[in-house]
Amino acid sequence: MGTEITQAIAAGILGGGVYALMAAGLTLIFGVLDIINVAQGIMVVLGAYLSYVLSTHLHLNLLVGLVITVPAMFVIGVAVYTLFIRPLRGSERTSMTLLACFAVALIIEGVLYWQFGSNYVSLHSSFTSSSVHVFGFYLADIYLVGFGLAVVAIAALYLILYRTTFGRAVRATMQNQTAARLVGIDVNRVAAVTFGIGTAVTAIGGAVFGAINSFTPNSGYDLISRLLAIVILAGMGSIGGALGAAVLMTTAEALVDIWQPDWAVAVFYLAMVIILTVRPAGLFGRRPVRAQ
Amino acid sequence: MSKSVARGLRLAGLAALIAMAALFPLVFSNPTATNFGVVTLIFVIVASAWNIFSGYSGYLSLGHAVFYGTGAYFLVVASRDWHLTGSAVFWLLPLAGVAAAVIAVPVGLIALRVRRHTFVVITIAVFFIAQLSASNLSITGGSSGLLAPVPNNWDPATYNNPFYYVGLIIAVATVALSLAVRRSRFGLQLRAIRDDEDRAAGLGVRAMPVKLTALVLSAFITGMAGALWVYFIGQAIPQFVFDPLFDLAVVLMAFFGGLGTIAGPVLGALVLEPTQLWLNLQQSNGYTAEILFGALFLVVILFLPRGVLPTAAEYITAGRARLMRHRDRSQPLGTPSAQTPTPAAGSAQ
Repeated sequence: MGTEITQAIAAGILGGGVYALMAAGLTLIFGVLDIINVAQGIMVVLGAYLSYVLSTHLHLNLLVGLVITVPAMFVIGVAVYTLFIRPLRGSERTSMTLLACFAVALIIEGVLYWQFGSNYVSLHSSFTSSSVHVFGFYLADIYLVGFGLAVVAIAALYLILYRTTFGRAVRATMQNQTAARLVGIDVNRVAAVTFGIGTAVTAIGGAVFGAINSFTPNSGYDLISRLLAIVILAGMGSIGGALGAAVLMTTAEALVDIWQPDWAVAVFYLAMVIILTVRPAGLFGRRPVRAQ
Repeated sequence: MSKSVARGLRLAGLAALIAMAALFPLVFSNPTATNFGVVTLIFVIVASAWNIFSGYSGYLSLGHAVFYGTGAYFLVVASRDWHLTGSAVFWLLPLAGVAAAVIAVPVGLIALRVRRHTFVVITIAVFFIAQLSASNLSITGGSSGLLAPVPNNWDPATYNNPFYYVGLIIAVATVALSLAVRRSRFGLQLRAIRDDEDRAAGLGVRAMPVKLTALVLSAFITGMAGALWVYFIGQAIPQFVFDPLFDLAVVLMAFFGGLGTIAGPVLGALVLEPTQLWLNLQQSNGYTAEILFGALFLVVILFLPRGVLPTAAEYITAGRARLMRHRDRSQPLGTPSAQTPTPAAGSAQ
């Protein structure tokens, strides 16, 4: 029993890293653009399918494939933003962008069904079947690789945000768009690149997610609902909060899974609902969500 | 054209529309046509009900499938436990609505504390909780679902007709309710909340009870529609009863016709649902319909963000104004135009 619990906690923390990365992209987009990209879930699945195509047809290693999939997802993100999100203006912009993202998600899901059908597939690589023996239990290598990738990507995200001129422009836009415009920041470019970066992380998320779980084009719904729960729980726009919330949630899920596998996913939503009744701004909310 | 004539024409048009809807199953008695009719009416009901809450209050709900599904499961379980079959099952519809309304109270109390994005996301989360519960609870039959009662002594040729007429009655009542809400003080409070909730609250609108009442009302109707649907379809399976596409379809219908208008959601349902059903008949694969559906959604949001009816009304008003200017210019100076401009009737209503 003790081993089971330790194993669940380890898997929860390591698995949480990947969710943290995907949620960080979501919360970054929200912080800068005031948009909830509900297409983030299907973007992860798209990233997973891209890795799948590269590994089955070109026999590329999953990690090497990222060199292609990350820029590809970046371009897709920028294109989606420029074509469908940026033209939306006016008082109903908030709900319009959300619905536009949903429509994009539907189209991507439809295209994936068309290309790949509805059968479950999963990603294979040298490290997906092997495992290491630590603290008296076996841990699949992919958890460690995925966690490592997530840590590297999140560190890169932090470096971009806090150590570059572009990152400063992003943070300025997050704080006050009008003021950012006044000091000469090209807010539109910042927004497009941010959307691109927020989407690019799904390539990494997708590769790891696809190696841990088998997936179909339908997997996007489960993913996005978890990611939204993480982001809301953390408080919208808080990247650090998203990391904490992701690890907390996946660990809780892994623990409940030992006793109640059917209800484990519900932990995500129940935790969110309970916390929101106490703290409507989320755990680490930087600004009151109630403000219009 | 005086105002009373315009109103008379509008009433006559409405009566003609209802009469046409009532005659539809008699003229097109082919089961495929009446099947389309029943499902379309169900979406007329749900889109109008969704609009009473989301369209008027501005709180976009992407979780109305929760109320739809609650009504559906209520009907299946209640008719099984109380041994009801045939037309008697229809008497369960109001009760199914009450069940959905009861579920809406806690959902509203939690979700309506937050606004905008967060509200939308919470409705999505509630939706997934509902779907998960339906797949795992024993009362809903788990993931294999439950069978609705079968009215097996009904004549196959007119099998769809009872569903059609019950649906038509609920649809007419819902549109009438939508009109009544829009014209009432309550509807005005809702729209004040949509425009600026803090200011509305400052002016004495008790926002929470008003929003919650609208949600409960909307859930009640949606629950009835869900119950009618499940009785018509014959079975309740979690992933079809709680379908994310259902939520999107309803939102698209309301947006397509015109958010916050009375006729908009009805028009949206009348145009989009038969189109989707037809596409499904043409293409057995689901993805073509899905891709087209998403693309249509994008087109509506990008080019008709306020919906067909308000946009058309704007064009008509602008056209009239241009005509009027033209006429004024062509008249010799000094002779005032005898024509008084017709007030731009809010034809979006």
